[in-house]
Amino acid sequence: MTGMVALRDAYGQALVELGERDERVVAVDADLASSSKMNLFAEAFPDRFFQMGVAEQNMTGVAAGLAAMGFIPFTNSFACFATLRTTDQIRVSIAQPRLPVVIGGAYSGLLAGKTGKSHQAIEDIAVMRALPNMTVVAPGDGVEVRKAVFAVAEYGGPVYLRMTRDPSPVVFDESYDFKIGRAVVVREGSDVTVITTGIMLGRAVEAAGILAAEGISLHLLHAHTVKPLDVAAVVAAAERTGLVVTAEEHNIIGGLGGAVAEVLGEQRPTPMQRVGVADVYSESAPNDDLLQKYGLTAGHIAQAARSLMERRAAHTQP
Amino acid sequence: MTVSGSNEPLAAIANDLRQLVVATLCHTQAGHPGGSLSAAEIVATLFFSVMRLDPRRPDWEERDRFILSKGHAAPVYYAALARCGYFPEELLQTYDELDSPLQAHPDMQCPGVDMSSGSLGQGLSVGLGMALGLRLKAITARVFVVLGDGELQEGQVWEAAMAAPKFGADNLVAIVDDNRIQLMGDTAAIMPVDPIAEKWRAFNWHVLEVDGHNPEAIRSACAAAEQAKGRPTVILAHTVKGRGVSFMENTHLWHSAQITEDMKQKALAELCGREVRS
Repeated sequence: MTGMVALRDAYGQALVELGERDERVVAVDADLASSSKMNLFAEAFPDRFFQMGVAEQNMTGVAAGLAAMGFIPFTNSFACFATLRTTDQIRVSIAQPRLPVVIGGAYSGLLAGKTGKSHQAIEDIAVMRALPNMTVVAPGDGVEVRKAVFAVAEYGGPVYLRMTRDPSPVVFDESYDFKIGRAVVVREGSDVTVITTGIMLGRAVEAAGILAAEGISLHLLHAHTVKPLDVAAVVAAAERTGLVVTAEEHNIIGGLGGAVAEVLGEQRPTPMQRVGVADVYSESAPNDDLLQKYGLTAGHIAQAARSLMERRAAHTQP
Repeated sequence: MTVSGSNEPLAAIANDLRQLVVATLCHTQAGHPGGSLSAAEIVATLFFSVMRLDPRRPDWEERDRFILSKGHAAPVYYAALARCGYFPEELLQTYDELDSPLQAHPDMQCPGVDMSSGSLGQGLSVGLGMALGLRLKAITARVFVVLGDGELQEGQVWEAAMAAPKFGADNLVAIVDDNRIQLMGDTAAIMPVDPIAEKWRAFNWHVLEVDGHNPEAIRSACAAAEQAKGRPTVILAHTVKGRGVSFMENTHLWHSAQITEDMKQKALAELCGREVRS
């Protein structure tokens, strides 16, 4: 790892670079561009930035109209508002006609700047994943955000791009080859598979270090694209160790854990444990306190892996 | 260019659209006659006199855009598209059937449909996005969005109404098919939206009111909208729900209802007198 980078900072810079390369790229905001760092794009390309005020439904519809005109719009709000306040607009005006709008969700998960449950997004992946035609991408570090921004702009269909607020570990280097829908093996291991999305990636890498000291080898698969899920990679990773932990800063219902369980249940039944928010609403508190209380730290991932190994040991004892 | 090309009176075209609506909805045994019939002159005037279109090139970038935000009036939209030549009139018989491009609510897979719709309240925002996109591309075309009066109860309409004047979107024209009736009854009883004109004025729109069954008045209002620079125009079109078929007029019972074969014959006899479509 080479330090810490906030996904939002990488996002803002990447948008500017993208805007320079492709004049079809436009941005619509609901008064949060300074939070998501879309304001960098607004400053660089004032004619291609449309401030819609605190009116997310209209913002989303305007983006659909711009997309129908051949532009590539990025919407902007906190992840909860960008996807949930606007679900029907996304459904009817973007997903059904397959318009190439990138729905930008800032401040996803619990770390929403000490704002509490109204501003945290733990349902967004589940809801966006349930929309036909929608692609769901949750980058895991600053390098991946940058590469994802270029990829989703080229994609040509509706995409939900899930970002976070605070600095998180950089895992990838610039040589990393990002492709929508292709999960990446971050670390090869033999005892337990951990599948991550979003910034749980860095915590899983940390968990691998904790467990290595105990003689347990984690196999890490990073699924930045939750939909379409890389089914072949998920099945292969499950076959490799026979035990799967999923890790996401999201409700354990309907997100990555749900998606992986759906695939493995049908194709390769495998003992699983889902690390995530346990179907409860959280609260406002400092980041570390939230992650600890709601079970989202490297320690929680490590503990889930140990539990799965104990389950297997109990089953295989004579 | 407009597609009219002929000197056929718009009133006659509107009457023809009504016949197609009745025949289409009788055939499918479902759908929304009332709000389709109230919008016949609005749609006929836009498609045959006002909008720059080329049915041979549905994707022509310089064209005017049309969004039927009150998507349940799809039959009158499809009737106009067929009459314009976007597809053969016989295709109307496939309305609301499996694999047909003529979905119950408008879908962009249908030639000539610029935007999918169906969930009320979303079209004006999309229209604003198109208007901003046209301006970015330096195309002088306009965007026309048709809304219902009941649809004005959707909050998103007013988000869009607030935004369009901020951007000086004078290439955006909203037309409210103000037929005074929604699914369950009189709009005034379900949830009053009056005073409509004052509301749009308060949102800084250029507001015009017309008899929505007078094509010349609608055409003049669209021309006046083009002259109003720096702000969007809304045309409040006073209409009668179910217009043209006596037993469908002014009642919510024909918002959505099945047309029997007998009713169809009676309706067509009223609409055209001489020439009855089968």
